[in-house]
Amino acid sequence: MPEARDIILIGGSAGSYSLIINILESIPFNISSAIVVVIHRNDKYPTQIEKSLSLKLKRAILPAEDKVIIENNNIYFAPPGYHLLVEPNHTFSLDISDPVNFSRPSIDVLFESAAEVYTDRCTAFLLSGANNDGAYGIKRVEHFGGTTIIQDPLDALIDTMPSSAITTSSKAKVLKNKQIINYFCSIK
Amino acid sequence: MAKLKEPVHITFEELDEVVYLLKKVADYDLSGYSKSSLKRRVQRLMGIESMDLVDLKNAILNVEGFFGYFIQEITVNVTEMFRDPLFYQELKNVVFPYLQTYPQLRVWSAGCATGEEAYSLSILLHEENLLDRSFIYGTDISQQAINIAKKGVYTMAKIKSYTENYNRVGLNSKFSDHYTAMYDAAIINNEYRNSVLFSNHNLVSDNVFNEFQLICCRNVLIYFDKELQRRVLNVFYESLSLFGFLCLGTKESLYGQEINANFKVINKSLNIYQKIK
Ligand SMILES: C[S@@+](CC[C@H](N)C(=O)[O-])C[C@H]1O[C@@H](n2cnc3c(N)ncnc32)[C@H](O)[C@@H]1O
Repeated sequence: MPEARDIILIGGSAGSYSLIINILESIPFNISSAIVVVIHRNDKYPTQIEKSLSLKLKRAILPAEDKVIIENNNIYFAPPGYHLLVEPNHTFSLDISDPVNFSRPSIDVLFESAAEVYTDRCTAFLLSGANNDGAYGIKRVEHFGGTTIIQDPLDALIDTMPSSAITTSSKAKVLKNKQIINYFCSIK
Repeated sequence: MAKLKEPVHITFEELDEVVYLLKKVADYDLSGYSKSSLKRRVQRLMGIESMDLVDLKNAILNVEGFFGYFIQEITVNVTEMFRDPLFYQELKNVVFPYLQTYPQLRVWSAGCATGEEAYSLSILLHEENLLDRSFIYGTDISQQAINIAKKGVYTMAKIKSYTENYNRVGLNSKFSDHYTAMYDAAIINNEYRNSVLFSNHNLVSDNVFNEFQLICCRNVLIYFDKELQRRVLNVFYESLSLFGFLCLGTKESLYGQEINANFKVINKSLNIYQKIK
């Protein structure tokens, strides 16, 4: 697969898991962008999200690995216990520095670094969650000319995260779950 | 909570300027570091010190001692004792039986931060009756981290979380057998502190300094780009005795590196390798 020129980021925390599954189920095969998911999870008890999702969705769901080139059509998950960043040469890098917003991986950290590298070819989705992670990241994506979409707090199981991002964002679209799924059904 | 100051931002070009300056004035080469995390660290330091780019360059050029402080702040010294308990379990069950055959053991904890990894290895060797014949070297680029490591004193809050890790390794002794609590901190027992030599060593520019049967370099390579990783892995290869072991972090592997061909995989998910030629 060629190196991705476009990147779609999805950040979610408490209450976002089932929507993320629905999103991933709706993504067509052979899309020409890379998808990167950060979901807060406990690193002391390793889970096999990637493996079980790969089986369920019948496509490769990959853990984002250090210094690996970000490729089209791939769906990557940030590994638990590390921050995930994007390098200017379009590879991932991992970092074990202190949690941000009590989270590692932090949505802010990924969004900010991907925003700067992919600029207007970066699209970021922020979903349900119980803290403020992602709000700053959304601002940075907007600063670099990317597109931002926030789950409608009314649709979010826990609305702290989307509500807080809506307050600080200048141009995010607020979408219902159904509209979010429609978006992913139609990506190319 | 105090209101946070607006974060400082620099561009990748500006980061390159700082890296260039450091190389010129202090002969420290950070050009092989992962750029995004290095940039975050530099921005963080500028934020703490309320510096803009001009201030930072000025400080690098003119302020005595700034350079050591800079290294201290841009390195990520986050660590734990018995981080990844499964790794220590595997060391004990699979690697140590092999090490029993050596009359003398030299162990290197490279990028040991504040010493927790080196002390964990020392305790594990003790539990397997190998410590008497072992000597451990703990090295790091950050002098500040090395100074803390030498003291072997950690807060009780940290000891508490290290205890959880320790209990998951499944050893016979209690973690509290290995330190002495002093009110709100604990000091690692003498026999462990005497088994480790901590010193400053820069993986970017320094070379082989001894021969080892076991090298642990965990959560350090993620801060380096592929090329610098290659250099460092070569230093490790040269430093290992034949059939010696190399242990990387859980997210670091030899995959895609030429040197791979000289190693046998002992544990694929924990990234434990043995030098076979
Ligand atoms: C995240 S810590 C890893 C600590 C420990 N090995 C662990 O896994 O818990 C990374 C360490 O690498 C050190 N480091 C970074 N660059 C280095 C270099 N060029 N030479 C030696 N150590 C370096 C940092 O100072 C830091 O203490």
